[in-house]
Amino acid sequence: MKDDFVIEVKNATVRFNMASEKIDNLKEYFIKLVKKELMFKEFLALQDVNLKVRKGEAWGIIGTNGSGKSTLLKLICGILSPYKGSVSANGTIAPLIELGAGFDGELTARENIYLNGAVLGYSKRFMQEYFEEIVEFAELWDFLDMPIKNYSSGMAARLGFSIATVVRPDILICDEVLSVGDIAFQRKCERRMRDMLESGTTLLYVSHSIGSVQEICDHALWLERGREVMSGDIHTVTDEYLNKYDTQQV
Amino acid sequence: MNKTGNRIKLFIKYRDLFIQLVEKDLKLKYRRSFLGYLWSVLNPLMIMAIMVLVFQHMFRFSIENYPVYVLSGQVCFNFLSEATNQAMVSITGNAALLKKTYVPKYIFTLSKVTSSCVNLLFSLGALLIVLLICKVQITVYMLWLPAVLLQLYFFCLGIGLMLAAVNVFFRDIQYIYGAFLTAWMYMTPLFYPMDQIPEQVQWIIKHLNPLYFYVGQFRDVMLYQQMPGNLILLAGLAASALALAVGSAVFLKAKNSFILYI
Repeated sequence: MKDDFVIEVKNATVRFNMASEKIDNLKEYFIKLVKKELMFKEFLALQDVNLKVRKGEAWGIIGTNGSGKSTLLKLICGILSPYKGSVSANGTIAPLIELGAGFDGELTARENIYLNGAVLGYSKRFMQEYFEEIVEFAELWDFLDMPIKNYSSGMAARLGFSIATVVRPDILICDEVLSVGDIAFQRKCERRMRDMLESGTTLLYVSHSIGSVQEICDHALWLERGREVMSGDIHTVTDEYLNKYDTQQV
Repeated sequence: MNKTGNRIKLFIKYRDLFIQLVEKDLKLKYRRSFLGYLWSVLNPLMIMAIMVLVFQHMFRFSIENYPVYVLSGQVCFNFLSEATNQAMVSITGNAALLKKTYVPKYIFTLSKVTSSCVNLLFSLGALLIVLLICKVQITVYMLWLPAVLLQLYFFCLGIGLMLAAVNVFFRDIQYIYGAFLTAWMYMTPLFYPMDQIPEQVQWIIKHLNPLYFYVGQFRDVMLYQQMPGNLILLAGLAASALALAVGSAVFLKAKNSFILYI
């Protein structure tokens, strides 16, 4: 290895097709084809973004809605692939982009723990070993054999967080997932995240609450309309960010 | 080479997901049904009884062991229909998940085809009952059955992968395929005898209808107590290899743009 970056995003550009009407059936496709209206209106969700993260660093990603924060996280997780540029991430990733994304409402919580674990790439035996710890952390012993569709969104999120963080990943990716739980659980999650940071996990954190970003992270990246505005030390970036929007309001 | 190695490694990592998705399909299918897995046996038996009534007594087809004849065709066609229909929506149906985590996408298609295949194995129980009732001799040729089913499985997997990929871009393929399946059903001697139809059509079926390759082999080993013919076996193997090759090629080529359309 030439350097010690765990995440390296180089000049990444992500392109979406934002044609005025989305064509998803053959009939329209052929009509447009004949009328020669089949255009590809491109939309660049990210343009030339660079990010280099060393092991153990905690990066907050800030910006207004639609600035490309989630796109960047998805890019790093491997859900999206870059149109230009390159992305590399070394190590296991625990993506908390939406908690419980792999849950099946018809299955019980017990069954979903195994299924969700499998979605994250853990074996059944591994999940059996950690089963108690997961339920303990989520505090859901009484509801284990209830179908998830009867869970409240907060309860499902607790279970999701608990599964995704049961093993210490090398890279933890968090996208505003903590906002659903109650205050006690939010604190619990923050504590767990801090424990992980102390033991060397790298964190990427997206939140609109600048306060919690400042509290948890040591670096920040500020995105605006898919472009990088500023990146570096947490306080320099967030102060500038707050400054911009506070003065705008006045 | 490296790419293939990585794919295999990735599959091993996610093999438990594959197994659990199959288990989930089976569990959910029978959850809250009183007779549970027994339906997989009862359902084909009931349909077969109706077919026998209609075609043997009303249309008066004279085929020896007609119940076995009908049921073997029906079992194959049902598998094809269930596996490909489920595979077709396997990517679009898991859109929420695919947008939020990285999972090899073909796992969903593979697991749908596999759970349909398990259903097929259950329905073989119905076939066994009918074989015993009709007093068809049980022979060693029946040991060929796994080889026949394996060809059908890979054929369906290939078609399923292709449909799953195409369905992401064109949702109306579902309606087109529905109509196509009906035509396919009538173009295959599932419940009528082959010699009832004009010779030119017979030629087309025998040479161009892959489903016939499998139904034909199936009946050879289960009903007619013989080895599958060389030609039909070769045709079956070729059709499943071709379907699998084309299906995976289409899927692999399209898979990175799925995320933009689901």
